[in-house]
Amino acid sequence: MAIIVQRPKLKWWEQLYLPALVSGMRVTLGHLVATLTRKTKVTMQYPEEKWDANLPDHYRGAPALVTDEHGRERCVACQLCEFICPPRAITIKPEEIPSDDKWAKVEKRPRAFEIDMIRCIYCGLCEEVCPEQAIYLRKDYAITGTSRAEMVHDKERLYEIGGVRTGLVNKWNDLK
Amino acid sequence: MPMPLSPFDRMDWHLIIAAAIKIVVFVFFVTLPLVAMSVWAERRVSAAIQDRVGPNRVGPFGLLQAVADGIKFLLKEDFTPAHVRKFYFWLAPALTMVPALLTCAVLPFGSQLFGEKMVIADLDVGPLFVFAIASLTVYGIVLAGWASNSKYPFLGGVRSTSQMISYEICMGLSIVPLVMIYGDLNLGRIVHEQAQNGWALLPLWGEGLSLKGFILAIPMFVSFVIFTTSMFAETNRLPFDLPECETELVAGYHTEYSSMKFALFFLGEYAAMIIGSGLCVTLFLGGWSLPFGWLAPATIDSEVPWWQGLIHIGAFFAKVIGFILFFIVVRWTLPRFRYDQLMRLGWVFFFEIALANVVLTAILLWVLK
Repeated sequence: MAIIVQRPKLKWWEQLYLPALVSGMRVTLGHLVATLTRKTKVTMQYPEEKWDANLPDHYRGAPALVTDEHGRERCVACQLCEFICPPRAITIKPEEIPSDDKWAKVEKRPRAFEIDMIRCIYCGLCEEVCPEQAIYLRKDYAITGTSRAEMVHDKERLYEIGGVRTGLVNKWNDLK
Repeated sequence: MPMPLSPFDRMDWHLIIAAAIKIVVFVFFVTLPLVAMSVWAERRVSAAIQDRVGPNRVGPFGLLQAVADGIKFLLKEDFTPAHVRKFYFWLAPALTMVPALLTCAVLPFGSQLFGEKMVIADLDVGPLFVFAIASLTVYGIVLAGWASNSKYPFLGGVRSTSQMISYEICMGLSIVPLVMIYGDLNLGRIVHEQAQNGWALLPLWGEGLSLKGFILAIPMFVSFVIFTTSMFAETNRLPFDLPECETELVAGYHTEYSSMKFALFFLGEYAAMIIGSGLCVTLFLGGWSLPFGWLAPATIDSEVPWWQGLIHIGAFFAKVIGFILFFIVVRWTLPRFRYDQLMRLGWVFFFEIALANVVLTAILLWVLK
């Protein structure tokens, strides 16, 4: 169906174009003055000003491994996160915990735990699937590197980001 | 029999050295940095208008952004496509930059400094020289469009030609009333007249403060509007930037250009804008003179102390910078014209109004004689 657009009939002074120029200039100059007098909030000056303090609790940043208050690495190398990871960013090489270890009853731990931060999509499925509360998405978002190798977070780096997390369920403590 | 003077002896060394110093200082130390600064101002002002920040990283307030841009342009690959006509492809960017800078020659950018007139070439045909040289700019754009040998640059070049030819006529006609009133084509004397007797647009002192002055300000205002608008069209600025209209023509005539050759088109546009502003300020807003005849020299040849000379130079550049800011604000205010509207505005309205304005001024001058 054809739509007929009614063109407004312009008065002679409107056809002069100058009133439109003036009213347009009023809008732009208004914005100009408001920005120059800092009445308008403009973009955050990123590296100097950061949003870090205001990040919401549910913010999904870089995934990282955590240790608990006993200093135990919580990951038991069950590899569920590796399997669920949609972009397959996680690579785990499990190993057995030697029998003379204090936590030998846990039986397994990761020998190597790598997250390729180029592939990671920050979906949080690893955190959701983890039965051990071992992997969490932290608030780090500026993950940079100068090479692909540098963008792969190894186990050491993951614990460094994750740090110690208290108040988790310590189901292994009761087991003999 | 006295020996005929050799051409070498007849050369006026004082004139040559003074002109050389003025060229170097005015063109290389003032106009070109002003070009760079206006690029920066364009980006900062447009950012402020759009509630953004703009380039603020390089140097204080981002003032050195232009230097960074220049280095980037120099270091980029200078790619010449295989299908272009090489000679004209290389000639075109220079042809846009050179006329823009050549027109600086006749602009009086100050009264006097140490007894030296602050104009590179004190020609008696100032505005005509400017129009003659400025119309050469179109060759750069046409050659760029044609030599690029591809469709968007070609269309941009064609558009630019017709646009510039159309508006050149309006521009030329619009200053005829001004020349009739001042009876002079020497820009220095026109400015001096305005310093004494009120600016063309602001006749509020001297002989301008009379019924005659106020009545003659009406055709002056019409001339000013036509001249300024035509200048927007001549310098391919929005709302008349159809030659490089991004939405239709990619980048218009400089689509195939890269690195410094592209930068030359860019700088040429801004240089033309500065010179155009300078010309407009000189013709209609009293050039280097201060308002209300303050510090105006008594006659064109009377001695001006050096500090007054500096104030005059400062006044000229303050006005030019104000005009450039006006250019920038207009660019970020108005939408682009449609091509037929552009042609209609030029040929149906401005041409006729400018002609009528010439006749009106003639009648007014005859009546108010």
